[in-house]
Amino acid sequence: MPSQGSDSRGLEAHQGETLELAAADVTALVAYARACLPEEACGLLAGIDGVVARTHLLTNVERSPSTYTIDPREHFEALRQAEREGIELLGCWHSHTHTEAYPSPTDVAQALYPEWVYVVVSLRDPEPAVRGYRIVAGKVCAVTLVIG
Amino acid sequence: MSVQVKLPTILRQYAGGESSVEAPAGTIGELFAALEKRHPGLSSQVVTSDGDLHRFVNIYLNDEDIRYLQALETQVADGDVVSILPAVAGGARRP
Repeated sequence: MPSQGSDSRGLEAHQGETLELAAADVTALVAYARACLPEEACGLLAGIDGVVARTHLLTNVERSPSTYTIDPREHFEALRQAEREGIELLGCWHSHTHTEAYPSPTDVAQALYPEWVYVVVSLRDPEPAVRGYRIVAGKVCAVTLVIG
Repeated sequence: MSVQVKLPTILRQYAGGESSVEAPAGTIGELFAALEKRHPGLSSQVVTSDGDLHRFVNIYLNDEDIRYLQALETQVADGDVVSILPAVAGGARRP
């Protein structure tokens, strides 16, 4: 698949972007990530206009502590569900078991959705870190997560 | 042209920004060959030079993953919808 040269707006268009998530969804997401240890956990975020309405806790078919691939079937079903509900897939999330909450070179190289927010959950420290990013044409820009 | 092919954002640059294009019925492989003629560069992002489906892309014929059908030999008929879904992958490991 191509790298993201296709987003003509570039990262500049996403400066100051926010993504709203319910606190309960973040709690559930972190709990799921912990339950998946020692493997990386992953899932999708669905909603509209920068507000997450549904957090999907999905299967990492890599079953690995250092890589993830969302089960393609679950991805497709989440897409179909979003279409039925009149919302859309806004992004994805995955956990880093021992590294920081920042997209790794692997994350950047394999980011094929320039329209998404990529949320990374770090379980490295006792207090998990949850951060959001845009990844466009190989570059990373922070997205402010509004959790409430 | 009677098969709708839904394109992910990352492939729309090859189709003038369109989110879906039409293609003729036939096999999936034939469909992408036909699309390549109308939208140069598009099919090479989905089908490798060896004629296989790229491992980072998933293709659905209506609601079925073609890897569980006949892959690129899967027959597509009038009214079918083909959806191209890039894989969602990554991880902490450095390449």
